[in-house]
Amino acid sequence: MKLQFTVQKQLDKFSLDMDFMVEGNRIGIFGPSGCGKTTLVGLIAGLQCPDQGRILLNGKCLFHSKEKVNIPAQHRRISMVFQHPHLFPHLSVRGNLLYGYKRCAPNQRQITLNNLVDVLQIGHLLDRGVNNLSGGEKQRVAIGRAVLANPQLLIMDEPLSALDEGLKFQIIPFLKKSCETFAIPYLFISHSLTEMRIMTEQVMNTVNGRITGILTAEELARNLMGKSPAPYLNLLRLKSSHRIVGMNAYRFGSSELLISDPGNTQEESLYELSSTDIILFKRHPEAISARNLLQCRVSEMFSAGGRIGIELTCGSEKLVAIIVQEAVRDLDIKIGAEVFAAIKATAFRKLS
Amino acid sequence: MFAFNHSDYQAILLSLKVATFATLLSLPFGFAVAYIMTYKKIRGRIALDVVVNLPLTLPPVVVGYLLLLLLGQNSFFSQWVLQPLGIKLIFTWKAAVLATAVVGFPLMVRSIRTGMEAIDEKLIQASRILGAGPLDTLATIILPLSLRSILAGSILMFARGLGEFGATIIVAGNIPGITQTIPLAIYEYVSSPRGDMIAMSLCFVSITISVVVLVFHEWLSRRVSRRD
Repeated sequence: MKLQFTVQKQLDKFSLDMDFMVEGNRIGIFGPSGCGKTTLVGLIAGLQCPDQGRILLNGKCLFHSKEKVNIPAQHRRISMVFQHPHLFPHLSVRGNLLYGYKRCAPNQRQITLNNLVDVLQIGHLLDRGVNNLSGGEKQRVAIGRAVLANPQLLIMDEPLSALDEGLKFQIIPFLKKSCETFAIPYLFISHSLTEMRIMTEQVMNTVNGRITGILTAEELARNLMGKSPAPYLNLLRLKSSHRIVGMNAYRFGSSELLISDPGNTQEESLYELSSTDIILFKRHPEAISARNLLQCRVSEMFSAGGRIGIELTCGSEKLVAIIVQEAVRDLDIKIGAEVFAAIKATAFRKLS
Repeated sequence: MFAFNHSDYQAILLSLKVATFATLLSLPFGFAVAYIMTYKKIRGRIALDVVVNLPLTLPPVVVGYLLLLLLGQNSFFSQWVLQPLGIKLIFTWKAAVLATAVVGFPLMVRSIRTGMEAIDEKLIQASRILGAGPLDTLATIILPLSLRSILAGSILMFARGLGEFGATIIVAGNIPGITQTIPLAIYEYVSSPRGDMIAMSLCFVSITISVVVLVFHEWLSRRVSRRD
């Protein structure tokens, strides 16, 4: 997917002025609320009309103020998942799912109801009304409805922010799986850095109606490290191997991680580990209560607002720890140095 | 107690007939006007709003008189449109329908508009995004979601139509068996000696119909609010 966007738009007291070109299939739009993310996607989808400029998607002109081109929203084939499901209350789940499908030209219907139902696991809901579904079910139907329209681009406008923490990470796999299975390029809008890092490859950082840069989610996370009081979070996708009294053991690079978990999960899980929860040692500590002691090499160091971010390489895996400058000096940490990282088994937070 | 003669029964039936036809006649226009006022950013919206709501505040007699000027024998409209087509409206039951329709129209528009304004804007955006053009959205989203308010507006207008007096007496007259509805019959009985008893009976019929209609309207609007 290739999107060229040069647009000016004035709204009451807010002005949007953006000029960018992005190419990729998993693109994020990041920024605080009120920075113009929703206006931006409204302009791309055709729900709002720019004052002037042009919008090209895959080389095809959607809007051009000089040439008086303005393809109406219903012909742009850009689907959207909103913050709230906004299902049609007078239609059944099936009716909702098929709304866009029926309006899609038959030769463009690659995704069918049967394929989709399997991916989203909503087969048992098809003949029900939409008013009695749970929050997670509703959002899954909303995703299905957007995907089934067989769009050339899917826009997800904060699709998770109305869901509570637990539900959020249940929905993410469905989002990812639908887009991957059916190869739909998407724009993912969010103010959550964690969501960005899970969902996207490239991120456009938006501030006050302007795009300040296009970077990877990982770069964005490190950039923000110095500016925001919240510490950098390591996201670890781990597969359990076996169980040791009250803990699960996971493969991690060349070594193993022990994570405190009452349940025994066999499937792949996503864990969050704060960069401030990693303690570094210069030599192997003899005895330590923390259950995880990893031998790693320092592969990168970067400043993060008075503190230092240390990227550790442990086999094929990477972790970021954050320590104060004084500690860097005392331990004589340099790129290439060998250190031991201690992490408590209880420091990990399970996301899904 | 109900010592009704033939023309009294005709008055009751005619009232129901006029109110029904007036409601059906207003329905498509009421829906169209409500749609335009809710969704279209047109120039002169305020003017349209005022014109549509004017019959609500004008004395019905004024509405009737204006209609008479428009439809009467010597009017431009009558000479160039109605007479060549062989249509005669004044002093027929059709004129009563027209008068009732004009007077009750704002009630219907208001009710449908309230229903349309309650439809979540995002649902309409969602349907557009999913490939529905404006007419498609109108038929598959806006119409079904405002169905209850359309029904409620129709009932309200029907109830108002049963009581129409001022405009009707001017354009349709008070001809027993032809244009005499319940209110006109009551008016005639009240002004004639020894008509009190029968006037009371007609009042009772009028009240009964109104109560039934309003209870139905109330029941319907409760169902609407419970659903939300």
